[in-house]
Amino acid sequence: MSHGLGFDISHLLAGGLVLVSFLLLSQHRLYALLNAYALHAVVLALSVAWQANIQDAPHLYITAAIALVFKAIVIPVGLHRMIQRLGIHREIETVIGSGATMLAGMGLVALSMTVMLHAAATVDPVAREDLAFALSVVLLGLMMMVTRRNAVSQVVGFMSLENGLVLAATGAKGMPLVVEISVAFSILIAFIVIGIFLFRIRERFDTVDVQALDRFRGERR
Amino acid sequence: MNISLALYAVLVIPLLAAAVLALMPGYRPASIVNVVASGLTFAAAVAMLLDGRPEPGQYLFVDDLNVVFIVLNAFVGFTTSVFSASYIGHELESGRLTPAYLRFYHAMYQVMMAGMNLALSANNIGLMWVGIEIATLTTVLMVGIYRTHEALEAAWKYFILGSVGIGLALFGTILVYMAALPVVGEGSNAMVWTTLVEGAARFDPALINVAFIFLLLGYGTKVGLAPLHAWLPDAHAEGPTPISAVLSGLLLNVALYAVLRFKILLAANDGAIEPGPLMVTMGLLSLIFAAFMLYRRRDIKRMFAYSSIEHMGIITFAFGMGGPLANFAGLLHMVMHSLTKSGIFFAVGHIAQVKGTQKIAEIRGLTQSHPVLGWALVVGVVAIAGLPPFGVFMSEFLVVSSTFAREPLLAIPLVAGILIALGALLTHLGNLAFGEAEGPAARVQASYVPMAVHLALVLLAGLFLPATLVAWFRNVAAILG
Repeated sequence: MSHGLGFDISHLLAGGLVLVSFLLLSQHRLYALLNAYALHAVVLALSVAWQANIQDAPHLYITAAIALVFKAIVIPVGLHRMIQRLGIHREIETVIGSGATMLAGMGLVALSMTVMLHAAATVDPVAREDLAFALSVVLLGLMMMVTRRNAVSQVVGFMSLENGLVLAATGAKGMPLVVEISVAFSILIAFIVIGIFLFRIRERFDTVDVQALDRFRGERR
Repeated sequence: MNISLALYAVLVIPLLAAAVLALMPGYRPASIVNVVASGLTFAAAVAMLLDGRPEPGQYLFVDDLNVVFIVLNAFVGFTTSVFSASYIGHELESGRLTPAYLRFYHAMYQVMMAGMNLALSANNIGLMWVGIEIATLTTVLMVGIYRTHEALEAAWKYFILGSVGIGLALFGTILVYMAALPVVGEGSNAMVWTTLVEGAARFDPALINVAFIFLLLGYGTKVGLAPLHAWLPDAHAEGPTPISAVLSGLLLNVALYAVLRFKILLAANDGAIEPGPLMVTMGLLSLIFAAFMLYRRRDIKRMFAYSSIEHMGIITFAFGMGGPLANFAGLLHMVMHSLTKSGIFFAVGHIAQVKGTQKIAEIRGLTQSHPVLGWALVVGVVAIAGLPPFGVFMSEFLVVSSTFAREPLLAIPLVAGILIALGALLTHLGNLAFGEAEGPAARVQASYVPMAVHLALVLLAGLFLPATLVAWFRNVAAILG
């Protein structure tokens, strides 16, 4: 019975992550987007901690702690400040409407469920469900990067994609710590890179709207 | 030299050099340190090639396949550092780069070399991913180093597409681990390359099929395969030219090396899909697409970036065909393309500096105004277009003839793509190199040695391939299956 409960809870948390990914897709204000991202990271931390519990793998608690402290608190607060300083807390525009985005998102989730549940039929059920949810989160993050024009929301999309990867990595039983650390590091590096970019972009364009960048394409006159 | 010492040296020397260069003011001494460190790395790589093979470790290993790439990597890294010394000196004089950025540039250059060497020598698929990620992030920073509108846009695009690519590749890596779990057992062993290959026959076919799709798309983005190539022309055109040279000559190869590794894994499993048709399709698509795109180019560096997509398409096609001959041709083409393309970028870098522009329309009659640079460009373009007597001709000929022998229908689009690209390159070359000279005709402080060495090697390979080299490549082609 205890296995059953463990399965249910990990299922619930991983499903929750997908739900919050949808929440991210539907946010049109930058501050709300950051709050939703913080929630995303909290759910991820819970999910990773639960995996650490049922897999009896204490090193995963470190990953959970990184998610909680770094992704749920430090990054959102940092980005919040940055948005404030840049004065860009206006509404973000999506390339396609939010109704269409939601429908496309559902399609992606259905796709990843079909693919993963079929392909990973031999893997143990907890990991299989985790992988399917993780792929959904990755694809939703990808879609967010594609449909948003604002540099900040593209970055949030990228970070939610990374969260999906962490979910997949922790779902894989006994996966070496090397990779988890590298994932955490990559987010750290990504954040630095992005920080530099945002400030440079600001310097040159007075906007972080990526579409403004498109006008400066090398080949166009 | 002790062999495992040499293996550590190719990783540690660049990292140490990066630390020193990050703290080092002044352009002259920094560029000398950069050249010396790259030279030492190359020496260590050659020592690796000549010596025996150490026992594969948990994290690093050397085999006949990756040692070829490590040597090539270190060699082009070395010659590019020599080119970079004179190129960057000019950029500093013209004020496009400030001394502070220069320190950053040199340090990043060495970190990138370390990242690529790590990816190539890793015996652990997680570590390989980390190496490619490091190399990607450092090149993103260097592409944006001029801080112009175009450079920022290029770097941003490269960053976004590159991160998506490495994200998908990591997901694929996790799936490979999941597939290995029941066979190899829990823990780090299930990510060690050598144990994965041994157990690959018993992996769950469905799982590694999906894994390979993710890995092909993920690392394929970094190879610049159409339709995932969008970052490549911008990144090549807007960054400093030494970075264009190593991007085209090395980083694309490293990403393709990762794809090849996983192809071996898939080939060892009977139930899995054939990776060949997927790679053939993507390769042909890239080749044809890039060949047509070559005609409309207005920027000289963008033009050669599209030519890189074209050649990566040919190489992916060759490996997709598989078999001893096509694999041999693919390997040879990879080496020839690296040498030729970086040689061309050395020439193009100096040309863009003397002319003060990268626009093809504003560069005319180079052989009149700058005979050495002009003729180097002519030789380079003739070589890369696949005309005899250069090495690229030989490898392309092998790809085409082996395809004709096995799948004549596939050879038609292949030959068409190569010929279309040839036409485009020669048309542009006629305008660039011949006719009345236009624009500034100032002398340039150029280092001609790197490009002369590269082009001479390509010519030599076209005329005469040493038997030991042929035997070596044949051996590697057999590993690739």
